Amino acid sequence: MPRAWWKTPLALVLTGIMLFPVYWMVNVSFTRRESIRKSQPFPFDFTVDHYRVVLHEQLPFLGTSLAVGVGTVALTLVIAAPAAFGLAKLRMPGGRALSFVLIVAQMIPAVVMALGFYSIYNRLGLLDTIPGLILADSTIAVPFAVMLFTAFMRGIPDELIEAAKLDGASHWRTFRSVVIPISRNSAITVALFAFLWAWSDFLFASTLDREGGPLRPITMGIYNYIGAQNQEWGPMMATAVVASIPTALLLILAQKYVAAGVTAGAVKD
Amino acid sequence: MTNAAGALVAEATTTGEAVPPRPRRSRARWAAVAFVAPLLVYLVVFYAFPLVQNVAMSVQRYDRGTFVSGGAPFVGLDIYREVIGQPKFWRIVGQTATFTLVSITFQYVIGLALAVFFHRSFKLSATLRAMFLVPWLLPVIVSATTWQWMMNPDNGAMNTLVGWFGIEPVWWLNAQHSLMSVTIANIWLGIPFNLVILYSGLQNIPTTLYEAAAIDGAGPWRRFWSITMPLLRPVTLVTLLLGLVYTIKVVDIIWIMTTGTGTSQTLATWSYGMAFGKGTSGVIQYSEASAVGSILLVIALAFGLIYVAVQRHEEG
Repeated sequence: MPRAWWKTPLALVLTGIMLFPVYWMVNVSFTRRESIRKSQPFPFDFTVDHYRVVLHEQLPFLGTSLAVGVGTVALTLVIAAPAAFGLAKLRMPGGRALSFVLIVAQMIPAVVMALGFYSIYNRLGLLDTIPGLILADSTIAVPFAVMLFTAFMRGIPDELIEAAKLDGASHWRTFRSVVIPISRNSAITVALFAFLWAWSDFLFASTLDREGGPLRPITMGIYNYIGAQNQEWGPMMATAVVASIPTALLLILAQKYVAAGVTAGAVKD
Repeated sequence: MTNAAGALVAEATTTGEAVPPRPRRSRARWAAVAFVAPLLVYLVVFYAFPLVQNVAMSVQRYDRGTFVSGGAPFVGLDIYREVIGQPKFWRIVGQTATFTLVSITFQYVIGLALAVFFHRSFKLSATLRAMFLVPWLLPVIVSATTWQWMMNPDNGAMNTLVGWFGIEPVWWLNAQHSLMSVTIANIWLGIPFNLVILYSGLQNIPTTLYEAAAIDGAGPWRRFWSITMPLLRPVTLVTLLLGLVYTIKVVDIIWIMTTGTGTSQTLATWSYGMAFGKGTSGVIQYSEASAVGSILLVIALAFGLIYVAVQRHEEG
């Protein structure tokens, strides 16, 4: 069959339309304040001043986001990987019920979780702290992580586990030295998504970490501009561009993991 | 691979040699529990506890003072009655339904069209398909502020666009139009998810079916309705139900764009606004927020259970 020659140009146009908002954000972030309102298609009145403002004002927030992201990844992996091994390979009693709970857990509205966390944190003094935000953000990733790991570990041949046992390895040793190295790719997928979700989180940040000063993440850094009397679109869009860097890196460097993660959540083969 | 491993295990058990002795099996059970225990504790502390806390707040009358000091009086279902009795309750339910249904319909139709378009690979198709994921992977606050800027009434990109079609500038984010505007932005956010899921669904349809149909003289339109749509039915159901559960609880895109002003108020943003609204609600109403949250929870879980049932059914 002859390849349809028109598909590539049409796909380019469609991609252009889809990504127009992203281009528009970049465009504004490089346009001088006086010219932003002119809404020109290119940053004719070019400047990098808005990025200077970002460097000046947003660095603490970026640092917090990085810390929260890394903490969320660590917590998610530590909880999800062993649990998945128990579910997939050690035939945990009641495993089916637990998978059901995990699916349902993902469907709880975030605002309900936020309200619950807020009242608990209020009593425990965990409001406006990094550990508090890490704990809350991890709830976005843990059920997904357990399901992704479990699906992968089911595919590990049982002989491999048996062989390790015959060599006298304990369950823990088998998990650490056999299962974990094989599951590397799943771990990378989980880590990437856990990081991205924690980095992108607005809901928990805006409820549990509203008054944390520099201990607030970058999403709050952007949100600050919205509340301001005179909305500063330039610095705001420049911050948005900087906040999008993890997304860009993910798409450029880790595409195959992204595809694995998107399909794992919804469609089972 | 799983099947091969299963066959090996079955073989081992019939030959009788590799059957583990009983004590070892029960020890494996305990090991399993030990491996899963942190997750169980985690689920109780970080899911069940906040949930219970949310429900508890909705049956006690909290205000700023009692929230800090404790000792809010128990009032049963009074707060639910008050919330549902408010004139705007059913209006907000309707807006939530409109937002959700319009979003998932357009996300699905556009996602499916794109999935079919990308189905047969062409030059650059993999790269461009990956670019389509961008809206889904961007932090929502980034997308929401960008849409807010594009929808500004003076000279936003959206008004330039509609201007080309001779339409007067629209005040996108005012009370009257805000529902339409946040829905447009949300459709844009959801297209990638639909595209990816439906695309992988299409990959599972055998090409031979299309070839046979083509030989029988079926055109592309006919092939789409007689092969693609029927075989895609399970994936369609799963996609729509998941989309529904995720969309019904959306807060961030709406709140950032409009703070739930006017028609864009949904159950989720209403609940959020009453407890955490930045200057939008004079009095903080934790109990009312929790009651609305619990109502939303029940709706989301109801559709979630349908989703699980459908998925189990499809798995056989």
